[in-house]
Amino acid sequence: MYKPVIGLEVHVELNTKSKMFCNCSADYFGKKPNTHTCPVCLGLPGALPFINKQAIEGCLKIGLALNCTPAEESLFERKNYFYPDLAKGFQTSQYRWPLSVKGWIDIEDKSGEKKRIRINRAHQEEDTAKLMHQLGNSKTQETSNNENITGIDFNRSGVPLVEIVTEPDFTDSSQIRDYAKKLQQIFRYLGVSNADMERGDMRLEANVSVREVGNEKWDVRTGKLPPYRVELKNINSFRFMVAAVEYEIKRQIELLEAGRDDELRQETRGWDENKKITYVQRSKEEAHDYRYFPEPDLPEFRVQSSEFRIDDIKKGMPELPWMKAERFVKELGLKISDAKILTEETELADIFEKLVKIGREKEIEPKVLANYVVNQKIDLLNKDPNQIIDDIKSKSVGIISDEEELDKVCREVIDENGGLVQFYKRSLIPSGDEIKKGNPNMLNVLIGGVMRKTQGKANAGLVRKILEKLLNG
Amino acid sequence: MSDITSLTLTQTIAALDEKKFSEEELNNAYLERIKKLDPKLNAFLEINEKSNKIPAAIKSLISTRGLKTSSASKIIENYNPPFNATVIGRLLDKGVSVIGKTNQDEFAMGSSGENSAFGSTKNPWDLIKVPGGSSSGSVAAVAADLAVFALGTDTGGSIRQPASLCGVVGFKPSYGRVSRYGAISMASSLDQIGPIGKSVEDVRLILEWIQGPDGFDSNCQPSSHLRGATRVAADAHLGGGLNGVKVGVPKEYFAVPAGRQGEGLDSGVEKVVKDAIKEMEELGAEIVEISLPNTQYAVAVYYIIMASEVSSNLARFDGIRFGGDRSLFGAEPKRRIMLGTFALSTGYYDDYYNKAAKVRTLIKKDFEKAFEKCDVIVGPVSPTVAWKLGEKISDPLTMYLSDVYTIPASLAGIPGLSVPAGFSEGMPVGVQILGKYMDEETILNVGEVLEKALDIKEKPKL
Repeated sequence: MYKPVIGLEVHVELNTKSKMFCNCSADYFGKKPNTHTCPVCLGLPGALPFINKQAIEGCLKIGLALNCTPAEESLFERKNYFYPDLAKGFQTSQYRWPLSVKGWIDIEDKSGEKKRIRINRAHQEEDTAKLMHQLGNSKTQETSNNENITGIDFNRSGVPLVEIVTEPDFTDSSQIRDYAKKLQQIFRYLGVSNADMERGDMRLEANVSVREVGNEKWDVRTGKLPPYRVELKNINSFRFMVAAVEYEIKRQIELLEAGRDDELRQETRGWDENKKITYVQRSKEEAHDYRYFPEPDLPEFRVQSSEFRIDDIKKGMPELPWMKAERFVKELGLKISDAKILTEETELADIFEKLVKIGREKEIEPKVLANYVVNQKIDLLNKDPNQIIDDIKSKSVGIISDEEELDKVCREVIDENGGLVQFYKRSLIPSGDEIKKGNPNMLNVLIGGVMRKTQGKANAGLVRKILEKLLNG
Repeated sequence: MSDITSLTLTQTIAALDEKKFSEEELNNAYLERIKKLDPKLNAFLEINEKSNKIPAAIKSLISTRGLKTSSASKIIENYNPPFNATVIGRLLDKGVSVIGKTNQDEFAMGSSGENSAFGSTKNPWDLIKVPGGSSSGSVAAVAADLAVFALGTDTGGSIRQPASLCGVVGFKPSYGRVSRYGAISMASSLDQIGPIGKSVEDVRLILEWIQGPDGFDSNCQPSSHLRGATRVAADAHLGGGLNGVKVGVPKEYFAVPAGRQGEGLDSGVEKVVKDAIKEMEELGAEIVEISLPNTQYAVAVYYIIMASEVSSNLARFDGIRFGGDRSLFGAEPKRRIMLGTFALSTGYYDDYYNKAAKVRTLIKKDFEKAFEKCDVIVGPVSPTVAWKLGEKISDPLTMYLSDVYTIPASLAGIPGLSVPAGFSEGMPVGVQILGKYMDEETILNVGEVLEKALDIKEKPKL
């Protein structure tokens, strides 16, 4: 038996007004290349960085949301390597003195089972420029001949980036999905990033190895990890990352089972979507020595100082989704499942709270509202709250859309109408779909029975669905 | 017209105010002198014929929009910055114009001016000798009256040492006093821009113009500026005395380091410096012996920290956005890039960079402790007078060791002034006055009093 050991590194671009170390606008997406640049983010000789406080606050907020401890003293460091997208020949990042350390976050799978993921650190750094490869045969202003060219767009150079590193606590790819979704939700709640994967606001890297269950030598909790680690990098789609992780787990287990342990090495692998395999990008021997050292152009900063008051930042933290859901359950009497749906996005939750306020004046219970909004899939974002309330009021006061409650009534009606039910069941014919069709008139009689039992308050559409589910199988 | 170019900055400003000559005449006089003498001196890399205000010579590594800023390197030989350094903007606001960009050691790496990719600058006092470095051209230009004043940069002594070797006033402000924005970085935690002038009074004025917090240099912020740089000197000082001033003399600066033959303080230089100290005593100063016990480690610490920062700062010259490829670096930048890359490498970081950073703190503490006993510290700038061109070029280590008196102040971030104090072997000798962090005022006051008392009038014969 083998178990995967997976750690994640998430990079998220902050949606600050300006870049990390200069005054250029950080809102670069879709802008004309090299129009959001200055001597600082172009790395011109003599240009010096200065710290964007808004970004530091964003990074600290992320740390706090992930239950991290803010470092008392923190500083920027230089990560030295050459690459055409790196203007200064180093990335200003953090290594030995990150802003936030030692946190955790609970993720939940579909069945509601919780798992705690430990956070190693959340640190601040800057994004690189973007390389744009252009094939020679696509004729543009820049390429009049048939040469393949690579252009560099420095609009992204210096955009604030936060890196969140977990401990190797993931044991399967579905947890990666849950974690990434949770982070995305947190970033959006905090308002620090759009966290759009497709636009590259949020990027994932995974460190994957597998260990033999019962092998005492390798124990994650004691820090004794397998003697190798495969880094999955440069995979720009979330779906591909999950596929790559799954492939890697399989590949590594197969090698271990075949006794070919020696082929498992410290290396960086990418994902080939056509062949659906991972492939080596860089071996350990080719790994960079980043030669980190404290960035001498920037002063050390203290998190608890006049510049960055951690207490003020704490006070300014918004209510996070799980806190909001809990409050909805406690204060508004909502079901936990409804509360979770309503707090998925902060805008949705805000509008719902507005509805609750208006609803109270018109004597509509929050629970009824939540039922209605969730089950009818009301488009809260684009509908006038007053209109929604009026709709509910006019349709029926206290319409029952609670599936459990209706299910109970439906079963009662079925029990009471044994003969009719028998005739209905005989009328069922295969309809080409998986669901069979029965005599609609007989079904309507049964629906009517439910309506009578609920004084006409049942959601008719839902009743039809439930009855069909119970009878047509 | 040659007397125009012999005037100091304050005299020039006064003469312009009194309309003794026009700005055009002023620039013509300097441009004419540059044309006549610079072919011999090689102090300038580019001359700005359009200069029309008070003409200043600017070290080639300080960014000037529209004027080449090559840092005397082939790699960015034709680099023309799209922006002005903060100090340039401030000078332009004060009615200064750039008359030329000066020669220097490539990327400010050197103590003789010989590491320029465009040929060495010559010492105006003796054309077969080095002017010192790295601000070689800036200092030579002021010494030879090719500019009213100049700006240089000092990382380990690059203003003070050539000022001493060429007999002009050179000043390295406290780290963080003057914005570095626009000065091509050599070692970020050490670099400071500073003035080079014909008198202490001039240097004080230039410092006043260029100093002060700048949003573009995070290490030049209001919090570090404890007080104004150059509050008008007290009457007592201008009265010519040094009563009540405690002058510290580090015993380590006058001892020949054991086991290092020929590396001690040259006796001729020692005499000039000791005479200057005697003069200060006669002016009323109290001389106290102090100790800076970690001085012996300063050069080693400096060469690790500086080279580490160099290896990272020069990484941007990758030939992609501007400039040529990395093979165009000269021998000294290559040497320091390799040294710094090594010092920062995994497995060596703790032994080299980290340890050097710790010793740097000790050196800083040495000064803090010493300044409990004195107001200024006085000593030599350079262990020798200017040497012959080519004499030390093949021996980088000896060259490095010649910075032993200037490096400690750089590591500690404190201000240092080099004032001409006399001659040895016919060559100028400067005395160094070091002050407390951000206390530029006291050393400028002391320097001004000493300068007036010594009253050196000799000029190089060109």
